[in-house]
Amino acid sequence: MRMLDVKNLSVRYGTLDVVKDVSFSVEEGEWLMIAGPNGAGKSTVVSAVAQSVEHTGTVLFCGKDVTRYKPQELARHIGVLSQNHAVNYAFMVKEVVGLGRYAYSRGIFSGKSDADEQAVVDALTLTGLEELADKSVLKLSGGELQRVFLAQIFAQDPNLLILDEPTNHLDLVYQKQVFSLIEEWRRKPGRAVISVVHDLSLALAYGSKALLMDKGRAAALGPVSEVLTAERLQEVYEMDVKEWMQGLLKQWEAL
Amino acid sequence: MSRPKISKTESFSAPAYVLFIAVMLAVFVLCVSVGSVSVPFRETVSLIAGAIRGEQAPATSAASIILSSRLPRVICVALTGAALSICGAAMQGLLKNPLADGSTLGVSSGASLGAVIAIAFGITFPGLPFAGTMVMAMIFAFASIVIILSLAYKLDYSLSTNSIILIGVIYSMFVSSLLSLIITFASDKIHSITFWTMGSLAGASYRSALLLLVALAVCGGVLLRLHRELNAFAVGEDNARHIGVNVRSVRLTVLIAVSALIGVCVSIGGTIGFVGLVTPHIVRMITGPNHAKLMPASLFGGASFLMLCDLAARMIANPLQLPIGVVTSLIGAVLFIIIFYRSRRVSS
Repeated sequence: MRMLDVKNLSVRYGTLDVVKDVSFSVEEGEWLMIAGPNGAGKSTVVSAVAQSVEHTGTVLFCGKDVTRYKPQELARHIGVLSQNHAVNYAFMVKEVVGLGRYAYSRGIFSGKSDADEQAVVDALTLTGLEELADKSVLKLSGGELQRVFLAQIFAQDPNLLILDEPTNHLDLVYQKQVFSLIEEWRRKPGRAVISVVHDLSLALAYGSKALLMDKGRAAALGPVSEVLTAERLQEVYEMDVKEWMQGLLKQWEAL
Repeated sequence: MSRPKISKTESFSAPAYVLFIAVMLAVFVLCVSVGSVSVPFRETVSLIAGAIRGEQAPATSAASIILSSRLPRVICVALTGAALSICGAAMQGLLKNPLADGSTLGVSSGASLGAVIAIAFGITFPGLPFAGTMVMAMIFAFASIVIILSLAYKLDYSLSTNSIILIGVIYSMFVSSLLSLIITFASDKIHSITFWTMGSLAGASYRSALLLLVALAVCGGVLLRLHRELNAFAVGEDNARHIGVNVRSVRLTVLIAVSALIGVCVSIGGTIGFVGLVTPHIVRMITGPNHAKLMPASLFGGASFLMLCDLAARMIANPLQLPIGVVTSLIGAVLFIIIFYRSRRVSS
């Protein structure tokens, strides 16, 4: 089943075309990897899909234009995990995870339902945060904080998960943990993932489909192994990344 | 499968409410009793209880001091403290910034500019002598928030502490230069104009108290209902959008409620600075940052805090009375520096 359909997406900042005429689609069960060098417009593409930046072109979720969904309704279908999480207040871990259930709250006076409680407990268990449930988010490490927001999105339980370089600041062990959790999540029916990755070895290890971006345009789109070829990467990155990547891939397998 | 113990914390627990209310009532009785003429607590309580039951007040000097002067003043002080504090709590959540407050952002100065313009140019509404300054204060408070935030967004999208403070300071200076300009041209009204810029509730009446109560019930109610949305904003505006909060409409609702409430407070008591900064900061240490607890606790905490400040303003230089804004600004400025220093240390 086709989940997301993006047609002729363009984003301009002033007179600068950050993203130009990008089209792609995501089917149920797929994991689309968006790769490309710095400044290629990877993050901007997913921000536009998540309606966080002004854009032209259409984004259809299950055949319906995303702008026609109400914010809560859209959040039940599409979840976004971004790269930076600076927290200012001493919220407890479970409070931040519980916010993921906002999309399901109805009236003002309706409290938390049993389904909400269960979803939060499940998300904390899945991400291994049960022990930290009552801890302040100000006291967590970068990796732990990233897992809190991953748990929040699991509690939100969307159909499509959009990840914007989710493991940017994390070391290899944490990256592997986060990607394995997402891989497990994706296997259930009615789910798909789009992620922006910097690390091409991650794209090869987990992706089913790839969108290679270069200077705001789609340079290639298709199965990961066909898109991330030595010649194409040479062209886009202007260096021999393939060989370097294979070295990284060995590191992954060693973990 | 055994379920891990996840305690419920969504709502503020009953004993904590009782404690906050008890402290507030104790402070209330203290502030009504103590003054240049002190009245025993027992007599104060029986006088207030008699007045509530609608009994004829005894013809003693204590009764007249308490019922016609001190009681309306202390009630207005308590309501103003509660109102400014819930506004501070809501703004600090909305902007994810522990230093946001009507006075640090320049909203209160903006509101007082509106009130001063109304006095200087004699803007009134027929039949409603209070309404001119009040409506102008509300409009100017809202316009100030919009101006300050749009400038801040232009400068720095993440609304960092530094840029907000910078713009707040510049805006306040701009407003005070306009105030000086108006004072130059309307020197005959200088006495009542000075009042707005100092902040005082010395002449507060029962009617002012009723106005404050209505404004607090309406705007405070709106803010209390938005506790989940404010939590989401306090974690981060992008995160709020991603979990399904209607970011635009919530932000607009909060800004309107806050500026209306600050406008009413300023039109009655002038600019009383830093209350909305101090109270939520202290209350947050007890309740945590969850707005479902922080906002109701700030109501009671803010009422207690401002009543004590007012008591200090009356007693420190007795028989001379200090403007209440002087006391709150003294305490607030010190705390401001402490919070700013701490937040800088955390971020670096």
